[in-house]
Amino acid sequence: MVPVNYYLIVAAILFALGVLGVLIRRNALIIFMSIELMLNAVNLTFVALARHLHSIDGQIFVFFIMTVAAAEVAVGLAIIISVFRLKGTIHVDEINLLRG
Amino acid sequence: MVTIFFFIFAVTALVSAVLMITYKNPVYSALFLILTFFSLAGMYFLLEAQFIAIVQIIVYAGAIMVLFLFVMMLLNLRQETRLPIGRPFQVALGSIFALILLIQLFFIVKVGLTVSKFGAFPPEKINKIGSVQVIGGELFTNYLFPFEAASILLLVGIIGAIILGRKKLPNEM
Amino acid sequence: MEQAGYAFVDILIVLAKVIVVIGINLLMVMILTLGERRIAGFIQDRYGPNRVGPQGMLQPVADGVKFFFKEEVIPSKAEKVIYVLAPALVLGPALLTFAVIPFGGPLSVVGKEIQLQIAELNVGILYIFALLSLSVYGLVLGGWASNSKYPLMGGLRSAAQMVSYEISMGLAVIGIIMITGSLRLSDVVMHQNELLFGFLPHWNIFLQPLGFIIFIVAAYAETNRVPFDLPEAEPELVGGYHTEYSSMKFASFMMGEYIALITSSALMTTLYFGGWDFPYVDESSLGIWGVLLSIIAFAVKTGFFLFLYLWVRWTLPRFRYDQLMGLGWKVMIPLALFNIIITGVVMSLL
Repeated sequence: MVPVNYYLIVAAILFALGVLGVLIRRNALIIFMSIELMLNAVNLTFVALARHLHSIDGQIFVFFIMTVAAAEVAVGLAIIISVFRLKGTIHVDEINLLRG
Repeated sequence: MVTIFFFIFAVTALVSAVLMITYKNPVYSALFLILTFFSLAGMYFLLEAQFIAIVQIIVYAGAIMVLFLFVMMLLNLRQETRLPIGRPFQVALGSIFALILLIQLFFIVKVGLTVSKFGAFPPEKINKIGSVQVIGGELFTNYLFPFEAASILLLVGIIGAIILGRKKLPNEM
Repeated sequence: MEQAGYAFVDILIVLAKVIVVIGINLLMVMILTLGERRIAGFIQDRYGPNRVGPQGMLQPVADGVKFFFKEEVIPSKAEKVIYVLAPALVLGPALLTFAVIPFGGPLSVVGKEIQLQIAELNVGILYIFALLSLSVYGLVLGGWASNSKYPLMGGLRSAAQMVSYEISMGLAVIGIIMITGSLRLSDVVMHQNELLFGFLPHWNIFLQPLGFIIFIVAAYAETNRVPFDLPEAEPELVGGYHTEYSSMKFASFMMGEYIALITSSALMTTLYFGGWDFPYVDESSLGIWGVLLSIIAFAVKTGFFLFLYLWVRWTLPRFRYDQLMGLGWKVMIPLALFNIIITGVVMSLL
């Protein structure tokens, strides 16, 4: 039986890696993927703790997080595509105007 | 046995996450992210959350990452791969912040949590009823309102994606 | 997850099942490549390949030898790693899907009951959808890694098409899950093992006709077969996502495609046509002969759907791409939702 702390540590490292990805990468797609990584780290925490606490609520929250992530990706990628159509790049440093 | 599998999945997840944020080519990043998702699905299996594990593969690996790859191919971003990862100053500062966050998270894990009351679903009970039945039962009783709200959220997502993604008509420009 | 109590014999049995299933799958691929061309010949009123061996029976062997000895070409501008990985990503999920399909009734040998199914998963149907959603990667990545126009178009088309039709396929199967009340495929088969109104076999096709039509159309789109074979439409895209592939890598793409055909035919049999059930006969009372009968029933049904695939290929013309997407989103998904509502209403009335 693996202690719940091991799962939490893995999730913590994954979350920090996601933050690192958002902070150091300038490609909008990779920033977006790093956000997905953070969501997944949170999911792992939820599932591990749900089992530890003998509860099912954690798994249901993960289910909802996945729903939100799916909607978020659809909208986010649509935004990235329209930005690319407008600017010809998805490098976030070059997308520096508030108007299109 | 479970411990060995846990370490295999954990190492795969962490290594491919590191590779994901360091590879320049977004397609390779996406593939490493898929690998991370698979390792996480494996960990969910170890945690006896079969339904979540399978849904993880269907939703994340099967739908979300396919969309990412689709967009990468649609934009065909080969010239972007030549740009550097970020400015050195950005990388340094970002790494420091991420490290501070990581140390904080470690402290939280180390302090640990005090369990005053256990929930109604110990793993044995979930296994006896079946992971899918338990989650389904909860979703349609205690979590009915969030469930319906999620469906509306998805509808909004669909409409938003269509409106943002379509080409502007000439008279709208 | 703890399976330490697994005896050595059990491992041997599982291994034997895996080997038999993969062997039969590969054999069927050989038969299908020949069958496709012979049936094409028959439908178009000409001979197919009939020179190698009696009636061209050895043609697949000749093809195999040719694939082995052809020169492997990797385009110089290709992304090498992904280019090599892509055929494996097509073949892998296709082979793995068969693991949860029950292909015969339970066999009892010396007091031991053996399920004729490699893995009895309690989320079997979801497992199939998980693998189905992964099968798109091979095509997309193969198309992208070739670094060439037509493969890229083919890869994009297959991604959009497979993601769209997966939805209606999943919604169609929900009807069956509602009737059966289980995600286990063996439960789905056992549930169909009775009689409906005393004379019809209790197969889901009689309970879910609309669901079956949606499922079969979606399955044709998922396996990239005519009339939905736009990812590899020869007149438009040369060869689609595998234009740049040659030799055994090309053969892996073909094999993956044919194994996907076999799996989806087996799935149609299992979900809608009673699986290994032979109507009007109680297999469990016949002992070993009942098991044999059930395997034969499964093989005949699956064989019929395979023949249907080939038949359709040489009969129907191809859709246009916008027609394909329009059909998927504007017809199939509403119909599938309607099917769920009808199923729910009927079930609550009965």
